Amino acid sequence: MSNSKGIQGWIRDLIEHPVQKKRDERSFIDQKNSCPSCHRPLAAHELEAALYTCPHCQHHFRLTAWERIRFTADEGVFQELSADIETANPLEFPDYEQKLAAAAQKTGVKEAVVSGLCKVDGQEVVLAVMDFRFIGGSMGSVVGEKIMRAMLVGAEKRLPVIIFTSSGGARMQEGILSLMQMAKTAVATQALEKSRCPYFVILTDPTTAGVLASFAMLGDVTLAEPGALMRFAGARVVAGTIREKVPENFPLAQYHFEKGMIDLMVPRTELKKTLGFLLKTHAIPQGGRT
Amino acid sequence: MSGDSLRDKLLELKGLAEQSNVDVSRELAALELKLQLPLVPPAPENEAWRRVELARHPERPTTLQYAELIFDDFLELHGDRNYGDDPAMVGGIALLNGLPVTFFGTQKGQNMKDNLKRNFGMAHPEGYRKALRLARQAAKFGRPILTFIDTPGAYPGVSGEDRGISQAIAVNMKEFSVLPVPIIATILGEGGSGGAIGIGVADIVLMMENAYYSVITPEGCASILLRDSGKARQAAALLKLTPRDLLRFRVVDRIVLEPPTGAHKDKAGAAAALKADILASLAVLSRRSVESLLAQRHQKFLSLGVFHEEEARRKSLLERLRDFF
Repeated sequence: MSNSKGIQGWIRDLIEHPVQKKRDERSFIDQKNSCPSCHRPLAAHELEAALYTCPHCQHHFRLTAWERIRFTADEGVFQELSADIETANPLEFPDYEQKLAAAAQKTGVKEAVVSGLCKVDGQEVVLAVMDFRFIGGSMGSVVGEKIMRAMLVGAEKRLPVIIFTSSGGARMQEGILSLMQMAKTAVATQALEKSRCPYFVILTDPTTAGVLASFAMLGDVTLAEPGALMRFAGARVVAGTIREKVPENFPLAQYHFEKGMIDLMVPRTELKKTLGFLLKTHAIPQGGRT
Repeated sequence: MSGDSLRDKLLELKGLAEQSNVDVSRELAALELKLQLPLVPPAPENEAWRRVELARHPERPTTLQYAELIFDDFLELHGDRNYGDDPAMVGGIALLNGLPVTFFGTQKGQNMKDNLKRNFGMAHPEGYRKALRLARQAAKFGRPILTFIDTPGAYPGVSGEDRGISQAIAVNMKEFSVLPVPIIATILGEGGSGGAIGIGVADIVLMMENAYYSVITPEGCASILLRDSGKARQAAALLKLTPRDLLRFRVVDRIVLEPPTGAHKDKAGAAAALKADILASLAVLSRRSVESLLAQRHQKFLSLGVFHEEEARRKSLLERLRDFF
């Protein structure tokens, strides 16, 4: 690198607050004590041991970003990237600021994706995890920027990039700028092509619309959790546009797997093992980007 | 000096600027904004909705009609070599003032029967893959690419999902970003969401004066956010989808001014205006080396978005983008 700032100086810039703060791990799971799919009673310790999947029917509960990071990253440091960029209201969309504040209050995260440097199965990686609780995991300017930067950090440090998607699509309150994040994140994957860094996507419940139709479908390997809903167009968009009956299992990842859109369906309890294998088979010689 | 000659002057300046080593792109962009904004009438309350209505006007020229009017001659090419031929996405090779170019775009029907065949301009995955096939062919032969966008959106039904509409759109955005030939995209009428950006990654994005470009239809936005699909007019204004708004957000680079009566009443006039802006844009792009063309294309898309961050940090990251591609 010829930059006078020195190798990877800009990455240091992005690691603003190595998160010492208490991580908010409020869960999707309320005080409910039975599985919403099979209705059998669930004990908290059983759920935790099964990584929030039902031990009886394998129903996969949604995870918050920090829960997912805890289940995926090795114990130790998670250096959060670009934690301090703040969402703006470029369209001056009514009530958007209030909506953002309420989402932050409710979830303890500042935006719909958390990204950082950590280790998975002993291998250093860039990990980005979307959080569906934050305005439906929708992608506006900040989510697009953080996804792009995760890829650039991967390219610069020559690290694999792992992204867990969970999103209703583009964020309407940022209008056309949200649509442009689809292009931005898709273009950013070219940095990983150039540096020959592996990019793994895990589609989790739900991944739809503008996120599915951009960086989520561009992984070198694409995994999905069982039961994850995935579709290009939401039910309301379909209903408003065309009259068509859809197959019953149509929105589920299994359906898209059968159509050849996904490499593998992986239960959450197997995921770390699968990622470990992928990382091992994609080892990158270190020594900086060439 | 009239607006037109000022605009020509500006394009010339742009070309000169690119040959020098001084970066005046910001100044030029500011100048262009100043120049274009007064040409478009100030927004009345219902401007957004008026643009949407005109963009959807049934008499509005389609991609193939523009092709007839703009090119000396063209040959339509069909099929994605994988599944089929999508009549909602047309394309081929054309001569533009003697210069071979590749073009493709979404195609609406010109009457009900034609619209059924064209699926109302809603393309399937094979349409997007046909576009990519033609784009790669253009790259092989060094032909500039012109894309034309007029679609309510990509087809959202089961057949689209089955053949991977999400993947097709995602791959196009990724691959268009590295095609080593100039790409000019024009929003002719409706710039409907993923269906539009699926052929919308370009060096210069033009937009007809009576067109819109949006993340979701006003009706969709109204039904989801305002809980009332009847509030589309209000949603259109909230979405900031007019050419003026998009110029301000730097999502489009130039507004193509239509004849006073609108493109639906004066197709030839609209085509002539578009042709002039395409030729001027091509003149700018043809002066760029492939390396600079691609670097600027990457920069353009990777810098889109508005958020709060320390200016210096964002700038230093953007300045380094060239190193990554």
